Amino acid sequence: MLLEARDLKKHYPTRNGVVKAVDGVSFTLEPGKTFALVGESGCGKSTMAKLMLLLERPTSGAVVYDGQEVTAMRGRALRRFRRDVQAVFQDPYASLNPRLRVGKIIAEPMMAQGDLDRGAIRKRVAEALDVVGLQPDAARLYPHEFSGGQRQRIAVARALAVRPKVVILDEPTSALDVSIRAQILNLLSDIQDEYGLSYLIIAHDLALVEHFSDVTGVMYLGNMVEQGPTASIFDTPSHPYTQALLASAPRPDPDHHLPTDVIIGEIGSALAVPSGCPFHPRCPKRFAPCDSENPERRATAPGTWARCHLLHGPDTAPGHPELHLSERTRS
Amino acid sequence: MTEMSPMDHAPADQSRTDQPPVLDVRHLVTELRLRRGALRPVDGVSFRVGRGETLGIVGESGSGKSMTCLSLLRLLPRPGGRIAAGEVLVAGTDLTKLSEKELARDWRGRRISMVTQDPMSSLNPVYTVGDQVGAPLRYHGLAHSRAEARARAADALGRVRIPSPEARLDDFPHQFSGGMRQRVVSAMAIACAPEVMIADEPTSSLDVTIQVKMMDLYKQIQEETGVAIVLITHDMGVAASICDRIAVMYAGRIVEQGPAREIFRNPAHPYTRALLNAIPKLGEKSKRLYALGGQPPSLLDMPGGCRFAPRCTLADAKCLAAYPGDSDLGSGHRAACWRLSEEGAPDAA
Repeated sequence: MLLEARDLKKHYPTRNGVVKAVDGVSFTLEPGKTFALVGESGCGKSTMAKLMLLLERPTSGAVVYDGQEVTAMRGRALRRFRRDVQAVFQDPYASLNPRLRVGKIIAEPMMAQGDLDRGAIRKRVAEALDVVGLQPDAARLYPHEFSGGQRQRIAVARALAVRPKVVILDEPTSALDVSIRAQILNLLSDIQDEYGLSYLIIAHDLALVEHFSDVTGVMYLGNMVEQGPTASIFDTPSHPYTQALLASAPRPDPDHHLPTDVIIGEIGSALAVPSGCPFHPRCPKRFAPCDSENPERRATAPGTWARCHLLHGPDTAPGHPELHLSERTRS
Repeated sequence: MTEMSPMDHAPADQSRTDQPPVLDVRHLVTELRLRRGALRPVDGVSFRVGRGETLGIVGESGSGKSMTCLSLLRLLPRPGGRIAAGEVLVAGTDLTKLSEKELARDWRGRRISMVTQDPMSSLNPVYTVGDQVGAPLRYHGLAHSRAEARARAADALGRVRIPSPEARLDDFPHQFSGGMRQRVVSAMAIACAPEVMIADEPTSSLDVTIQVKMMDLYKQIQEETGVAIVLITHDMGVAASICDRIAVMYAGRIVEQGPAREIFRNPAHPYTRALLNAIPKLGEKSKRLYALGGQPPSLLDMPGGCRFAPRCTLADAKCLAAYPGDSDLGSGHRAACWRLSEEGAPDAA
């Protein structure tokens, strides 16, 4: 394993109480693989990205990179972590400094690392531009001279130039138009195949996640509720929340019926996480233990687990979780 | 298969009804005058929407879909924005010919209303929800007293399924969740019982689980009131779930329109096909997505012929030379592509 989250928690104290943005999340990212974190806004997936990048320090738990705890790293080890783990953010209009030329934007991380001379940096900039499909003279231009899709290519080039091992992609295509999205996703796939990179992708678009990732983790109010190989999560979702997300995803098919009864109300507040299973107030299948006990993980398929009381006591459960699978008809 | 120039009027294509359309937009051209020259973000757009019908206008950013909406309501940026040509007929009255005063008094917000993407920016944070939903009723003279406005505002909030509406009249927007705020904005839009409601990306800022409920709500409101809805969206999935008919916009023009099922099952225009192929679909495991090369043209530098030709794999000399007329593909399905008018449907996407 390359990058690991071990029981990560991030709590923010506020005047109104403690916001439990991330409350005990664990997963591992394997070399050359893509792990996807999905969930609604407010589920803590972007906080996870910040924690994994060490832009935020966890309240408890650990981020482990290559066998070493990241929060304990100093000096050379920390610099290596900062080089090996790069990020591409959602909005390429906000993530590129408008006052710098593209060449400088891509060079900055290498200059911060301080182990390459100017000639080598210039060469790396040209290489990175080439990899993302931009002309070498792009280096002399400013970000405003590029379209959204091209800017996202520049952001990818900046992440790649230092030759990282992991790239954290926080909603990398949601600010882009449909026809441009496919270009960027294909580019990211090609780069991964060529350089053996690991990706941690944060996304809300489930079809994108199914297409792009190897392993998926579903988050709800700071908790991981289901995790496993992407094919297993999407073909046989066990948690009612995963089922609701999948059933609610709009599909480009006028004959597909979107059910409105798979989830109740809106996402709760991380300031007052519900007792028991955090999803129970919205769950149409809740029963006796759901509001008092947070269910333990339960294996549902090879390498797959979910946290749901329905999986623990099928005899006492009013409905079997698999009942809803039939609603997710393939189109 | 008949050919028409884009300037010919669209034939009757109401698949549902024989009655005249509530909204009939004819060859609408919108101009923006800038220092760099005049742009035409909307360049000859025609469509019709019948009572109780939902038309989806889909397209990428810059395709002119939002500008089309703003043109319908004459809410164009000033100075510089104007409707240069065309008609916007609502129940037979051409809104482009009305004075600003008439438009504001009798039409905008009254018979043709609008819901925008971000509910927080369409609500005033310092007024109560009851005041804001009641405001259009009082402005348009549908409520003659504060008490009547409150009662009708509560009624509108109830129609968008906000629980215990009377109790929430004195709440402020920040006391509502994102999905509930979008319901409040929708309540404002339907308070005056308009004939046409324009919804510009009404669910794009909402999570999918909430989005489903909003779409369901629009369908219910439509069944109850018969309002004609124009839904602007970039999301083909959203369009598929609610629209009866779809118009696909590219670079200021409608390149294809027709019944939703036709557009999704038998897309005719190479751009529509490319858009549908570029979206990852659930349950489809292919590793590579179809990626449309290039990017949409700039309004400042519009290609002379078919505007999609520079990105189209099927384009030939004719496509680059002149804009194609609409080909009628039957049951109101039309597309503007030279390859269709020449030799039937193009075979590659």
